[in-house]
Amino acid sequence: MKISREDVLRVAELAYLDLSDTELETYRAQIDEILEYIGKLNELDTSKVEPMAQVLAEDQAADATLREDLLVPCDVAEDVLRHAPDPEPPYFRVPKVIER
Amino acid sequence: MLRPLRQRSDLYREKPLATAWTIEGVKEALAAKKISARELLADFYRRIEARNPELNAYLALTPERARRQAERIDALVAAGGPLPPLAGVPMAIKDVISTRGTKTTCGSKILENYIPPYDATAVERLEAAGAVLLGKTNCDEFAMGSSNENSAYGPVKNPLAPDRVPGGSSGGSAAVVAAGLAVASLGTDTGGSIRQPGSFCGIPAMMGSYGRVSRYGLIAFASSLDRIGPLASKVRDVASVLEVIAGRDPLDSTSTTAPVPDYGAELGKPLKRPRLGVPKEYFAEGMDANVRKKIEAGIALFRKLGCELVDIRMPHTDFAIATYYIIATAEASSNLARYDGVRYGLRVPDDSLLAMYRKTRGAGFGPEVKRRIVLGTYVLSAGYYDAYYLKGQKVRTLIAEDFRDAFSKADAILTPTSPVPPFQLGERTSDPLQMYLADIYTVTGSLAGVPGISVPCGKIDGQLPVGLQIFGPPFGEARILQLAHAFEQAGGAEV
Repeated sequence: MKISREDVLRVAELAYLDLSDTELETYRAQIDEILEYIGKLNELDTSKVEPMAQVLAEDQAADATLREDLLVPCDVAEDVLRHAPDPEPPYFRVPKVIER
Repeated sequence: MLRPLRQRSDLYREKPLATAWTIEGVKEALAAKKISARELLADFYRRIEARNPELNAYLALTPERARRQAERIDALVAAGGPLPPLAGVPMAIKDVISTRGTKTTCGSKILENYIPPYDATAVERLEAAGAVLLGKTNCDEFAMGSSNENSAYGPVKNPLAPDRVPGGSSGGSAAVVAAGLAVASLGTDTGGSIRQPGSFCGIPAMMGSYGRVSRYGLIAFASSLDRIGPLASKVRDVASVLEVIAGRDPLDSTSTTAPVPDYGAELGKPLKRPRLGVPKEYFAEGMDANVRKKIEAGIALFRKLGCELVDIRMPHTDFAIATYYIIATAEASSNLARYDGVRYGLRVPDDSLLAMYRKTRGAGFGPEVKRRIVLGTYVLSAGYYDAYYLKGQKVRTLIAEDFRDAFSKADAILTPTSPVPPFQLGERTSDPLQMYLADIYTVTGSLAGVPGISVPCGKIDGQLPVGLQIFGPPFGEARILQLAHAFEQAGGAEV
């Protein structure tokens, strides 16, 4: 077994994701099978291989594409707040996080 | 004996509407005043009303926005001025692409009521080029899936075979084009999500090179892989739409400054005996025998067109699915952290902030999304990062090198798009790994960042479409469009 019930619980906690008991067991079994399959990557010796985070060619490196730091109007605050779950303009309201 | 009642879909087969609209056809009809943009729009909405309840391909229609644009186009026609490249062309947009003032749900309950305050750059460019946007198309939740069955709003049916899936995740975008409910559409492709539904619905469908089209306004799944691209009924229309949406966008730092060629002009040029690589690894076990037959016939057609076929090796192909499902889920777990019930989308209230996060995400995400968040968080977590995520990034390098080597021997690469034809609704939903394995031929190009197009390559028993995939080198879009066009013109769809 690659992944235990406790592993899934720990990961769900990291991801702030509520899972029912049934979900927990279903995903555990399915992810276990997927990790088993992923294990085939160990057939490859990658000790001398550089990891690849993105595919862009060198002329697309960040410094080649950084734009001018210009102020442009961005008048969407009202619109954004109007569609928020619990707005109190100009704020988003959330449950209390700091105890007095 | 009584004859059974005819189903609505039979009526459509009997009396096909003028579904053969192309971009050029629309422009010519408008310029010759044979039809107005408003009449064309009304005709498309009539078809959608008749057919969409059965297909479930559109999630929302945007009649007001479409009417305003059609009026603008009609005014241009009346003024007799030159028409923009997509003038009056009815188009559909996958529901993971932001549209200002129109709900963009990503096929998810967590964004059921989300209304973006801005347009994606690709959408803005389409409208600036005269396209009339009809509505938003159904897709797998957050573009995670290969059958469109992971949508929170129900599956899409394949218009060519209503008991079958249209492919995914851009299933709605492929279905509307195949059913004549849009002339062209935008989809998104992370591991095959444009090309595979294009293949399943019998239409050409393309992802450009990573960076070719701005991702600004595309709601992120896996940022190092996500691409926006066109689906249409003819390769020429795929080229026209790509030309409009491609190009540098200051709002996406990964969009390339490489100039955008006149793809349409490239199409008509004669093929100069290109060398086409056929990688052995893509023809190993696991491919449906009927698909194989069609792909082999397609390759033979390329030979007849004067192409030179060369056997090539891409030795890391078999490791692509494992690599893809590490990298894509890792990036997804990070990107989807933003859905916390604070600023937009669903909120499940609770007195505690953290409990609110957990409940909101638990209630708002569907099973496939949750599975991928758990897997992605796991492969990035302390103690597992090196074994999974870093390992995946290293194998990604090897897969990209396979492509680099291949393009030193060949101008383009021919493969099947999918190992299987469109499968039955419900046939594969219980086993996620089996569903993932069906992405084997498309995820490779996604990881390498190269452009790929799926082009119709015959139908099994005259009914189930097969797609042939052409990969090109980075920014070799013109080359693969030219090959796909030549294939189409030579009868590729009927091999």
